[in-house]
Amino acid sequence: MSVPRFWRKQIARYNLVGTYCKTCNEYFYPPRNVCPTCRRDGQIGEHKFNGNGELVTYTVIHTAAEGFEGQTPYVLGIVQLEEGPRLTSQIVGDPKEMHIGMKVRPVFRRLGQSGERGMIYYGTKFVPA
Amino acid sequence: MREVAIIGVKNTLFGEQWDRSFRDLVVEAGVGAVEDAGVAGERIDSMFVGNMSGGQFVEQEHIGALIADYSGLAKNLHVPSTRVEAACASGGLALRQAFYSVASGMDDIVIAAGVEKMTDVPSSKASSALAAAADREWEGIMGATFPGLYAMIARMHMHKYGTTSEQLAQVAVKNHYNGQFNPIAQYRNTITVDAVLSSIMVADPLRIFDCSPITDGASAVILAPADVAHEYTDTPIYIKASGQASDTIALHDRRDITTLDASVVAGRRAYEMAGLGPKDIDLVEVHDCFTIAEICAIEDLGFVKKGEGGKATQQGETAIGGRIPVNTSGGLKACGHPVGATGIKQAVEIVQQLRGEAGKRQVDGAEVGMTHNVGGSGATAVVHIFSRNR
Ligand SMILES: [Zn+2]
Repeated sequence: MSVPRFWRKQIARYNLVGTYCKTCNEYFYPPRNVCPTCRRDGQIGEHKFNGNGELVTYTVIHTAAEGFEGQTPYVLGIVQLEEGPRLTSQIVGDPKEMHIGMKVRPVFRRLGQSGERGMIYYGTKFVPA
Repeated sequence: MREVAIIGVKNTLFGEQWDRSFRDLVVEAGVGAVEDAGVAGERIDSMFVGNMSGGQFVEQEHIGALIADYSGLAKNLHVPSTRVEAACASGGLALRQAFYSVASGMDDIVIAAGVEKMTDVPSSKASSALAAAADREWEGIMGATFPGLYAMIARMHMHKYGTTSEQLAQVAVKNHYNGQFNPIAQYRNTITVDAVLSSIMVADPLRIFDCSPITDGASAVILAPADVAHEYTDTPIYIKASGQASDTIALHDRRDITTLDASVVAGRRAYEMAGLGPKDIDLVEVHDCFTIAEICAIEDLGFVKKGEGGKATQQGETAIGGRIPVNTSGGLKACGHPVGATGIKQAVEIVQQLRGEAGKRQVDGAEVGMTHNVGGSGATAVVHIFSRNR
């Protein structure tokens, strides 16, 4: 991923900043510019999530995505934040201890690197709470 | 709107074809379908080509024109040619665009083709190209892979409905069994549940034999107004319905992780258009990019109750000779999954079945068939219904 493409979403990735629709009281992470329910009637503002959530489902990846080869096996999960939205993230910890419904909390971690000498990406992963 | 029929079909071999190029494949399929229909080049009004990722797999864009050119339809005839992209649903969507163009009355004879040449790049590059069908910024960047996304669907399905790894494996076993009778299939060997369960883990709980392979191949069909179809063939197959639906690009935003709402809605739109229901369908080609995908598909299209796809597979309901034969071609699993071609290949299989030309994999008395083609983890779904009778 290019530097500007990552940089544009840096605040959202580092601090779990998403959006909130005042019209229907729905929270969004990743952030959205348009409410999918209210569409143009939705009044969208920023919201910072505290990041506490629950593991909805997960997998243990053995054949890695490009750039993640050194990390296998790694746990990838869908986390539901307390306010409602769901996101995809790595879950740090022993794969054998993962289970659906597990409480999780966010941690600031290195996500990856573009190529051998490229930019290092940081963002939010989760650990068992 | 006019009624539309398919008057010609052709698949190339599916598999690893290092001696053949992107254009070799698509020209073979296109010319083969034209010959099957017995139609002259001057009669062709337009073409639609499903292709997911020519830019990444063969570093070629402008696919529509390239294919018109190498099919001999560009130089003097200047036949309009349009590339259609919706990830792995590109083929199904190309068929839908072709259907529209004939149904609307704008065009008479139209080619719908699909092609992908995936083995010219290393498998890591191929996986990365495929990952572009998911949300790159919010799934890919976290290390998500396609098997990983479907594995999360599988894990949830197991948790909610008690679906087992053995039941997932049965999907692969059945599709390999069917594939042995399909002369174009990439894999024509049978496998056992034990072989699936002892194959290497890709993304827990999905193993390598739960996944469709990387494949080269092309497929084409020729469409004509139903009123003139008999001038070309004794066995026109009618397209009774076309349904399409979209959903969120990312799996995490879905209403229910185990249901592809795009499949449900595309299916419902197709059933309504045809005036038919699941009970009227004699066989179906569904998008089994992973074994769990077939289980979700038969549930989402209404062939079994939600949550019972695994059990139905285990009990043989989806085998040839069962209540609703699924993936008689071998599916994406055994036939191979050249992503842009798959949706057209599914249509070719149904046409051959409804013509009674499917050989050892023939479903007796098949009159109505369905295809179901999915893009990504379910952000696009395209469903078509075909009938032997007008
Ligand atoms: Zn809203």
